[in-house]
Amino acid sequence: MSQENNSMAGFNTSSYKLPNTSLWQKLSHKLQKNWKSAVIFIPFFWLLLFFLAPFFIVLKISLSEATIASPPYLPMVSWLDEGIVQIKIVIDNFAYLWEDDLYVDTYINSVRIAGVSTFICLLLGYPIAYAIVRAPQTTKNILLLLIILPFWTSFLLRVYAWIGLLSDQGSINDLLLYIGIIDEPIRLLYTQFAVYVGIVYTYLPFMILPLYANMEKLDLTLLEAASDLGSKPFTTFLTVTLPLTIPGIIAGSLLVFIPATGEYVIPDLLGGGNVLMIGRVLYNEFAANFDWPVASAVAIALLLVLVLPMMLYQRIQAQEVEAKQ
Amino acid sequence: MSQQDSYIDRPWMDPEAEPFIKIQGITKHFDDFIAVDNIDLEIYKGELFSLLGGSGCGKTTLLRMLAGFETPSAGRIFIDGIDMTDIPPYQRPVNMMFQSYALFPHMSVEKNIAYGLNRDGIDKHEVKKRVEEILEMVELGPFGKRKPHQLSGGQRQRVALARALVKRPKVLLLDEPLGALDKRLREQTQFELMNIQSELGITFVVVTHDQEEAMTLSTRIAVMDTGRFVQTGTPTEIYEYPESRLIASFIGNTNIFEGRITKNSADHVTVRAKNPECDIRIDHGSSVPEGTKVWVSVRPEKIKLSNTPPVTKAPNQLRGIVSNIGYLGRLSTYHVKVEGDTNIEVTSPNQIRPKDGAHAFDWDDEVFLSWDDSSAAVLTK
Amino acid sequence: MSHNSKRSPFLVTMLCFGMAFLYIPMFMLVFYSFNYSKIVPVWGGFSTRWYTTLFESEEVWEAVILSLKIASISACFATILGTLAGIALVRFGRFRGHTLFSGMITAPLVMPEVITGLSLLLLFIALGDVFGWPEKRGFSTITIAHITFSMAFVAVIIQSRLAGMTQDLEEAAQDLGAKPLRVLIDITLPLLMPGMMAGWLLAFTLSLDDLIIASFVSGPGAVTLPMLIYSRVRVGLHPDINALGTIIIVVVAIGVLLAGWIMLRQQKQRKLEETLSGN
Repeated sequence: MSQENNSMAGFNTSSYKLPNTSLWQKLSHKLQKNWKSAVIFIPFFWLLLFFLAPFFIVLKISLSEATIASPPYLPMVSWLDEGIVQIKIVIDNFAYLWEDDLYVDTYINSVRIAGVSTFICLLLGYPIAYAIVRAPQTTKNILLLLIILPFWTSFLLRVYAWIGLLSDQGSINDLLLYIGIIDEPIRLLYTQFAVYVGIVYTYLPFMILPLYANMEKLDLTLLEAASDLGSKPFTTFLTVTLPLTIPGIIAGSLLVFIPATGEYVIPDLLGGGNVLMIGRVLYNEFAANFDWPVASAVAIALLLVLVLPMMLYQRIQAQEVEAKQ
Repeated sequence: MSQQDSYIDRPWMDPEAEPFIKIQGITKHFDDFIAVDNIDLEIYKGELFSLLGGSGCGKTTLLRMLAGFETPSAGRIFIDGIDMTDIPPYQRPVNMMFQSYALFPHMSVEKNIAYGLNRDGIDKHEVKKRVEEILEMVELGPFGKRKPHQLSGGQRQRVALARALVKRPKVLLLDEPLGALDKRLREQTQFELMNIQSELGITFVVVTHDQEEAMTLSTRIAVMDTGRFVQTGTPTEIYEYPESRLIASFIGNTNIFEGRITKNSADHVTVRAKNPECDIRIDHGSSVPEGTKVWVSVRPEKIKLSNTPPVTKAPNQLRGIVSNIGYLGRLSTYHVKVEGDTNIEVTSPNQIRPKDGAHAFDWDDEVFLSWDDSSAAVLTK
Repeated sequence: MSHNSKRSPFLVTMLCFGMAFLYIPMFMLVFYSFNYSKIVPVWGGFSTRWYTTLFESEEVWEAVILSLKIASISACFATILGTLAGIALVRFGRFRGHTLFSGMITAPLVMPEVITGLSLLLLFIALGDVFGWPEKRGFSTITIAHITFSMAFVAVIIQSRLAGMTQDLEEAAQDLGAKPLRVLIDITLPLLMPGMMAGWLLAFTLSLDDLIIASFVSGPGAVTLPMLIYSRVRVGLHPDINALGTIIIVVVAIGVLLAGWIMLRQQKQRKLEETLSGN
């Protein structure tokens, strides 16, 4: 209280009473520091426990031997009779993946489907994002809202909607029959085509939004400068717009490619048994075959495929935050 | 008048005065970059001291070290005799007016101003009273309930000033205080700032890149470049007696002649300039010996223009041809090409209205230039 | 970038195609929810009987309640943890483990869900073996899993807001005598409020939408709404699922439009005030 009275006293005296004892200062200093540590520690600890630690468990199990028991794998570290610790690391699970064509093909197929879908998303998303950026302000807001809206609705139900469209008695076949392009329903559902449609449909907004964010920062006067210097619209696009929007293209492509590679629901619902993707194989190994070591090995192998794109994405994110600062 | 009285407005001249802010050997690195390089400075109570320089010269870093936002890499800072170097910003008797004003957008004008008082745990009624007082002072009485975005730029500037002043700081730091205002408002606000400062007697330290602003406001100016002080002095000293070519050309415009001292006596110096060749006489002595290479600065407004040749041949005279005219309304700037293809800048007030666009001196006219012995300054670097 | 733009027919066509592509499936979903026929793609006349079926299903109600419970709780925790993480990463300079921390924040954004799901399940099993917790999987394990991946999304939103915010305001508060914790409470958090709200909504939606992670870490008896939907649609089309989809789409559309409208009004109000004050 004495401090308050002092600070009321008047001009230039001491509205700012310094703490007198260095002990007090030390204590408050410590408090300040600990408070910050808590802010760091709580989320950090959470992520260490629930995000990082699980990966090591997956890694461990992927190197263990499968058995018919609960849990369905043998411990990696075991005590032998004479008190000797036995550490058994098995790479059989990975060898098994490598030797079985099914797995190798599935990996290649997943990456290919994800890659092609990403490219289609880019071809569709780029002009759409560009059109939104060039639209008048009010229209722009509405269009953005329309792009974001499907994102808030259930992903599962939007994939489900395609079953109704693609099935043999579905709307697309109805339409084609009505126009007379085809005489009898063509098979659309449970094909690779359906999986492409599903992935592009689901992930298109993920491509458009980063592209939009990137393009909006593009200074229109640059385009005017290019055309003032005699560049034709298409040349301007190739030499100015495209190079400047590469960060958006990369961010959008990664946001589509990475999750699409591990996709489970879309190939399962729209691809049926005909389209094999890693996500499905992993789930089946785990839930149907109960082979945890192989499922873990599949997960680790999938991570290896995706580690580079994921690191790239991480770097882009970090750069963006830094650029803002 | 006693010796003591004459120091009232110029405490830095008083050998017995105790500096209010003492900066000793302050250095600040950011990784490899040296922002502030071993600076010493003493500022006295009640001064309005300006740190003047271009962007990246270290003036803002120095100000932020005074506020406590940056910790010096070396050196100490004392305010009112207390070592402030390791005191965090929230415990310093110093307040800052930010260039962006940094008004809290989610608080009303009143709440913004009361914020600092509440942090000191001041009694509620006292806070209310002081907020009202300060709002009256900056003429924002009716605006207390508004949010910052509902105010004009000039009003926001006054809220920022009020918020910093209401805590009655020992030192008020101002970062480009007028930078965001338009020219007319800036001139008006300059004088308001000076009035407030002299009324409250608080020591102001101002950072600015605008030399006119610094000249009008300040008791003293420190001109900074690449982390060091180039010259410190009153506005008149800096303008009339620059110590280097850098200062002479940074503050206002000037003509610089290169030459050698031919005569150095107690009451005057004569310099023989080359390019154009002429004698320049300066009515004060110089510390450098005869024969030394020096530069002479002659301000454009100190040079007289004439159509008729001078009667006698004397130093400080040149002949040339008008090569360019810049008409600025109240005055005109002439570029006069003299011997050696050198252009000399001369400004001259337009006392007579030009008829049919005919200026007192026209393009390609032959003109004669002259200036007083007291007009030029010798620069040794 | 909007002025003097000539409408390129190509761009307009692409835009219309894109919108049609995004919205026709949703429209068809809604359309067939009013179909009397049990076979979805065959029109059998207008009916609302699937809505009645839906509302009468106890299973659906249970799943909805479980999902909403998980979503709201996990969104709150994710917002708190994500905000702390965002503040730590942007405002505390470089501390030990900074790189690891920021890596763990961005990784869940793109991590395939099958991996997150599998690894979390194995963790829960291991924890159960060693500590006896979690005794059984379900509500609590799903909630923890959802907090973990949605806190990353919140943290990214907060990080980006904070990075775009100059430190002037926080410094000004310190300059006026506020200690760092005070600055956080008085200045930083209120300014982050919109970001935290956006983060909460995102976390809420992500949780409501998640199928795969929940399927992995759930146990007997705990069936979330997406798990219920999935178990039904795997075996074919169900008109009552169309009805459910319609309800979700309508609720979301109203919410998004309302939010958009409020934001637009605030923007206009602010612009008006700024014009009036002479800017």
